[in-house]
Amino acid sequence: MFNFDFVKPSTIADAVAAMAQDGAQALSGGQTLTPTMKQRLASPSVLVSLTGIAEMKGVCLGADGLSIGGATTHATVAAEARAHYPALADLAANIGDPMVRNRGTIGGSVANNDPAACYPSAVLASGAVVVTNKRKIAADDYFQGMFSTALDEGEFITGVTFPVPEKAAYVKFNQPASRFALTGVFVAKYASGVRVAVTGASNNGVFRWTEAEAALSASFSAAAVEGLTVSADDLITDLHGTAAYRANLVKVLTKRAVAGAK
Amino acid sequence: MPKDTGIGASSKRREDVRFLSGKGLYTQDIALAGQTYAVMVRSNVAHGKIKSINTANAAAMPGVLAVFTGEDFKDVGGNPAGWLINSRDGTPMREPKRPVLAHGKVRHVGDAYAAIVAETYNQAKDAAQQLADDTEIEELPAIIDMKAAVANPANRVHDEIPDNLCFDWGWIEDNRAAVDAAFKSAPHVTTLELVNNRLVPNAMEPRASIGEYNPGTGDYKLTTTSQNPHLTRLLVAAFVLGIPENKLTVVAPDVGGGFGSKIYHYGEEALVLAAAKKLGRPVRWIAERSESFLSDAHGRDHVTKIELASTKDGEILAIRTETLANVGAYLSNFSTATPTFLHGTLMAGPYKVPHVYVNVKTVFTNTAPVDAYRGAGRPEATFSIERVVDKMCRELGLDPFEVRRKNLLTPDQFPYTTPVGLVYDTGNYQATLDKAVELGDVAGFEARRAASAAKGKLRGMGLSTWIEACGIAPSHLVGVLGSRVGLFDAATVRVNATGNISVMTGAHSHGQGHETVFAQIVADKLGIDESAVDIVHGDTSKIPFGMGSYGSRSLAVCGSAMNKAVDKIIAKGKKIAAHMLEAAEGDIVFEAGKFSVAGTDKAKTFGEIAFSAYVPHNYPLETLEPGLEETAFYDPANFTYPAGAYICEVEVDPETGKVDIASFTCADDFGNVMNPMIVEGQVHGGVGQGIGQALLENTVYDENGQILTASFMDYAMPRADDVPFYTVDHSCATPCTHNPLGVKGCGEAGAIGSPPAVVNAVIDALHRGGHTHVTHIDMPVSPARVWAAING
Ligand SMILES: Cc1cc2nc3c(=O)[nH]c(=O)nc-3n(C[C@H](O)[C@H](O)[C@H](O)COP(=O)(O)OP(=O)(O)OC[C@H]3O[C@@H](n4cnc5c(N)ncnc54)[C@H](O)[C@@H]3O)c2cc1C
Repeated sequence: MFNFDFVKPSTIADAVAAMAQDGAQALSGGQTLTPTMKQRLASPSVLVSLTGIAEMKGVCLGADGLSIGGATTHATVAAEARAHYPALADLAANIGDPMVRNRGTIGGSVANNDPAACYPSAVLASGAVVVTNKRKIAADDYFQGMFSTALDEGEFITGVTFPVPEKAAYVKFNQPASRFALTGVFVAKYASGVRVAVTGASNNGVFRWTEAEAALSASFSAAAVEGLTVSADDLITDLHGTAAYRANLVKVLTKRAVAGAK
Repeated sequence: MPKDTGIGASSKRREDVRFLSGKGLYTQDIALAGQTYAVMVRSNVAHGKIKSINTANAAAMPGVLAVFTGEDFKDVGGNPAGWLINSRDGTPMREPKRPVLAHGKVRHVGDAYAAIVAETYNQAKDAAQQLADDTEIEELPAIIDMKAAVANPANRVHDEIPDNLCFDWGWIEDNRAAVDAAFKSAPHVTTLELVNNRLVPNAMEPRASIGEYNPGTGDYKLTTTSQNPHLTRLLVAAFVLGIPENKLTVVAPDVGGGFGSKIYHYGEEALVLAAAKKLGRPVRWIAERSESFLSDAHGRDHVTKIELASTKDGEILAIRTETLANVGAYLSNFSTATPTFLHGTLMAGPYKVPHVYVNVKTVFTNTAPVDAYRGAGRPEATFSIERVVDKMCRELGLDPFEVRRKNLLTPDQFPYTTPVGLVYDTGNYQATLDKAVELGDVAGFEARRAASAAKGKLRGMGLSTWIEACGIAPSHLVGVLGSRVGLFDAATVRVNATGNISVMTGAHSHGQGHETVFAQIVADKLGIDESAVDIVHGDTSKIPFGMGSYGSRSLAVCGSAMNKAVDKIIAKGKKIAAHMLEAAEGDIVFEAGKFSVAGTDKAKTFGEIAFSAYVPHNYPLETLEPGLEETAFYDPANFTYPAGAYICEVEVDPETGKVDIASFTCADDFGNVMNPMIVEGQVHGGVGQGIGQALLENTVYDENGQILTASFMDYAMPRADDVPFYTVDHSCATPCTHNPLGVKGCGEAGAIGSPPAVVNAVIDALHRGGHTHVTHIDMPVSPARVWAAING
């Protein structure tokens, strides 16, 4: 690890100022960033910790849906979102291990947009709004491919607002080593229709499986996706599974998510 | 009645108190005044010619004290191979020199070609990066695939070895014609090609070494993560650096697991000693986890074709194998013994097989060295045999339990000389099989299968009847077979004046629990309290010359030495007692901690005898030396042969290919059991590693020799929820016939017996589920592979 300065602002305004410094980078749970720094693959000159900002923490049900502060840990979401959005709480409860869940945050995860991360599928399937220090970004505009998002330089996530569905479920198939999603599918049923988002599977990061959305909007049952096929084009092939295998998982997990939605 | 103390009691592991409360003392915990930090500079290409290394910039960086390259060590001896193997044509194996730091060429990703020593760790890291930038390496084509390595002699890992072959070994060459003839006339031949996947040992504590040098006395000290401090001393002192053995102390303090990977001497140990001498300051090197993946000796990595000749009703007539075994870029100390005498000699399994022939070609590649890893050669043998027997049963429509029963050796056949050179002393393989069938409730399988099917899961059951040779090893035998070391062990029992005892053992405990078990044995034999006995190990300045711990040898070999030393203590105690009690020595009996004159109430306690040995006011000084301390060396007469039967049940999710272990039943024969709880723990751990190999773990190099599984993000270690609650039994014991404790060893059994049980269970599940085209899936049997097999 290289040397760096460390600041821990207590308001969003102070964080904005701190992030304006040369070489500044946001630090939340550090579950992704610290290992990268230890391997000397990242060398920020200033780390701006966002976890001391009270207005960026907590879970709160409002008119627009369930708002979760950007610096809220997975463990807090697992506990506090349960009454309002159980599928989201389940997702958070199955990220990593207790240490990861007690440090890692929704803001860090959504900002990082790891192609195998869990949260992006929930954000996309819920049609959530990513709130930053500057603006609100619709989920459909936010994710721009593996590790790539609509965030500008210095911009950070202050919260995410999830419209609460009638029913939803997240089904994750673990990559055997990391236990990130080898493939994960989030299905959310709203009055306006069903949204299906897939993580872990595509070279382009999280994506919506629109054929399944149409079929499920017409009939919300596992049988409705039975006849569909998932193209393996652009899906990931790696040590842990081929594109064809992932294509199979997308369908299998979608059916299971539909069957298990609550 | 279970005992609550002494031999056979499940005494709690006393060492766990310090391990679990953070009070262990590991190499990294040792802080020395004036210590400096070494960082190795490792190759990031698999194969390359070192064109130039410019050390000037790195040497000038802040805090840098010294820069070492291969040039600094080119004149010192290489790290030797401990076992000479001859090829079938009688020529000796090829032994390229393994340098402290790579010189001339780098031969695998992670091969260290330079080292930096600096005031701080970060300064050393910075300079290591600089040095890497200032090094010019001309990349050469990487030799990764074993078949290509042998077929393509133009590419050479070592320029002087034309075909990348270390040796081409036949076992037993004289039997070959008879074996071939048996195949020619056999009613049925089953053939299976399989891969025994390469594993990274992944001990919890990465390797670490601290070198010290005392310029006043010329004494060196090496504190290091070793399973065998005396062996390490011998290697680094006599073979590599040329330090007189009496000038080097090697200390292996608490060591967090080894699984074989810490048997071997590594270049970093020589480096820290040489650097300590040069700088006159302690030099510490602590591996990062990623360095463990790159530079620890890996395990397994065989590609095997096995053929089994049988009658139509499953009687085994002959076994023939051809194996390519990867040794990686250099010979690690026991890398040549593992695929040969720890593998080929086990190829008859627990069966009466008249004819066996094993061929092993050992191949150099541009990968990390491969050596013994928990089980070492015996898991590879067991996997090959148990998989091919299973395949034979399927081909002939026979019941795998019945076929085993038909072929297993029977108790009246011991001692049994196998066609591959071993003499099994004792066993009862039917008993362990029957026990496993009972405990595994084989009769109830069909109901469980139906219940799984109702959930959409395919259930299968797999069997493995396994044997191993351990208690390594009879020196006279291994000497004939090419070993360059003896494999005895030693213990000193020191009775202190106040009657408590320090036992110095050549065996080293790095998780096994010797401190508990060895104390139980000594206390039991002397009739004293376990808490009055302490076990001292891991320091060559304190312990007698022993060979350390691996090959399930600690209890069978070192425990036997200790037992012998205790017998000497008792014999001496009788002499002292005879004098004190004014009786004839032949009339003294020792029982329950008392020396007494037979048939009288005249007695002295053990404590009184000890005291008089050290305060010899009334003592037979004319005939006996004072003191009560005895050392014994013990060299076993034979290997020990633990054996058992394992039954695994799995549930396969046919939609995703995911395999869950539903149950795992072990019926083992370890001979006499000293501490049942610890034995069960060893089986749990071993089976856990076997399940890891069978379902999860794999080391993958791409065609350029980059290791793709260099962290836990991609290398799948088994976790608690990957393994079931085990059913473990060791009641079918046939005590070893040739060591005094009647023990056989249990450390490796689980890792040896379990992988084929798991894979057999998966194949069984698929067959019962109608996927009868699947005859084999290579390990790790990952979800993706199972799914591909089903849909293939
Ligand atoms: C062992 C382990 C297992 C894991 N398993 C899973 C899993 O199963 N599923 C899963 O989804 N994830 C998993 N993770 C990742 C985990 O969820 C991390 O918490 C997450 O990826 C990053 O969150 P963080 O708060 O730790 O972010 P950090 O590590 O602090 O930051 C990550 C990146 O985001 C930036 N950043 C942080 N906060 C913000 C913000 N508010 N706005 C803008 N940028 C920001 C940082 O600058 C950095 O680039 C695992 C991690 C580990 C170590």
